[in-house]
Amino acid sequence: MEMLDYAFMQRALLAAVLVGITAPAVGIYLVQRRQAIMGDGIGHVALTGVALGFLTGNNPVWTAVAVASLGAILMELIRWYGKARGDLALAMLFYGGMAGGVLLINMSDTGSNANLTSYLFGSITTVSQQDVRTICVLAAFVILITLGLRRQLFAICQDEEFARVTGLPVRFLNLLLAVTAAVTVTVAMRVVGLLLVSALMVVPVAAAQQATRSFRTTLALSIAIGLLVTLSGTSYSYYEDVPPGASIVVLAIGVFAVITVLAAPLTRRRARRAALAEEQCTVEAPARHISANDDVRV
Amino acid sequence: MASERGGGAAGVISNAAERPTTEHAERAEQTEHTEQAAHAVHPEPAAYAAKSSDEEREPVITVRGARASLGSRPVLRGVDLTVRRGEVVALLGANGSGKSTMIRAVVGQVPLNSGELELFGIPRRRFRQWARVGYMPQRTTAASGVPATVREVVSSGRLARTKLRWPGRDDRAAVDRALELVGMADRAKDSVNALSGGQHQRVLIARALAGEPELLIMDEPMAGVDLASQQVLADALRQQVAEGTTVLLVLHELGPLEPLIDRAVVLRDGCVVHDGPPPQAVGQHALPGHDHIHPHAAYAAEPIRTGLLT
Repeated sequence: MEMLDYAFMQRALLAAVLVGITAPAVGIYLVQRRQAIMGDGIGHVALTGVALGFLTGNNPVWTAVAVASLGAILMELIRWYGKARGDLALAMLFYGGMAGGVLLINMSDTGSNANLTSYLFGSITTVSQQDVRTICVLAAFVILITLGLRRQLFAICQDEEFARVTGLPVRFLNLLLAVTAAVTVTVAMRVVGLLLVSALMVVPVAAAQQATRSFRTTLALSIAIGLLVTLSGTSYSYYEDVPPGASIVVLAIGVFAVITVLAAPLTRRRARRAALAEEQCTVEAPARHISANDDVRV
Repeated sequence: MASERGGGAAGVISNAAERPTTEHAERAEQTEHTEQAAHAVHPEPAAYAAKSSDEEREPVITVRGARASLGSRPVLRGVDLTVRRGEVVALLGANGSGKSTMIRAVVGQVPLNSGELELFGIPRRRFRQWARVGYMPQRTTAASGVPATVREVVSSGRLARTKLRWPGRDDRAAVDRALELVGMADRAKDSVNALSGGQHQRVLIARALAGEPELLIMDEPMAGVDLASQQVLADALRQQVAEGTTVLLVLHELGPLEPLIDRAVVLRDGCVVHDGPPPQAVGQHALPGHDHIHPHAAYAAEPIRTGLLT
């Protein structure tokens, strides 16, 4: 473990741990709401934030947090009011964010294409001392929200209309989730990169749910998978000098494939058991209801 | 307090007295259950006492001249509706008659263009006591994009009471009770993805009951439900009603819930065309919008009417 002797590698691995926890912890709610692609959009918009940081001489992580949060809030508002044309509005936001970022980064003196690549696909050598501190603070916020409010977030992502009638502050929670997703994107961008961050939000959750029945274990298992792939992917990048984002995402998809294959017999067994339970239910019905031509309901 | 509407009240009371006697017998069987449960659900036994007396009961839902539209199409065109404490009111009508919109307006999910709406005597806009209301939206599934157990879904109904705080022992007990009421206690740890259509509806009802509501609002609870589950749901509902819960529900046909219904409100094109006793077999088939032949062979042999305005 000679890689741990290097300070930059210690910082990269710490960042990897935080990303491994936060990305699936937010991603599970996006997947639950079938908005798996939202993280991708936030990543695109965050690039404009990074470029603004270069252009104004501020820390790109903070400008990315600000712009990504604004973008995420805008996406949430489009979801509320957009109706039929909402998808086009989202598309324009995504591509506008990406194009704006590339444009601005090339206008600034400090930003170069090498720099751009490190933000798009991640880099283990560029995580600075200052970045680590910022990432720790942001990750703590994300963990607090996603785990502390998991029941409430579960409810609004499960059935939004029902959640509103329970009296939960659904609009506030929706915006909070959007901002938390935006913060997660900026936590992850140094290690995984903006183009691949969404994969780390979605793939560990997709992998975990091949083998789970409850939300709780899906959350725990997807975080475990997130940690496994970010740590091993970052280490692999140290030895092979490839962008960590790429190795992490390829590993995550590998884990997905392995779990899918291993869980197949489990799924079959559950399906059989469920079918058995159905039969028992029918037996409970009063005899008069059972009739060959009894078309239950049209 | 809301001003009373005299017209509807008289009908309600006479109607409640006409409940079939068989149902009284069934209720008597359940008293043991009921007494324990009434304690748990309603700290003040007044609610139960009020139900059995023939006094004019306080309105729980009051709607006057409700108008609403979806896009440019008017869906509700001046609907009046009063539901009093302890009543079980069915909203009936053909597809597109506005019954779902009506119920969603009551729970604040559809804005009214004009008219008044009060819950527990409080104007809808100022109403914040959502823990008193249990809502079952019209859904065919309790599943979402990520696996969840039956218990996890039902637990989210408890958020009406816990809001942002951590759930305690009482909350877990309430979830257990809701699961037992719909006969899903043995499936609590199963994924909702493994359930049948009828079981999904049972889970959704249990979720509405987990908050121990005084008022239960259900949008087509029987849609796509197999007969075994319909019976379970009818029993669960009967027990809730016996404990004093007020119920407003949208139905496509009365079915096994028929003996529970105190009053039926029939909508047609966004207007109330009937408000009174549940329509009888003959009258029902004569109602506007009913042009459906029912293939329920098992039911056809019985005098009890099943299909209504399909």
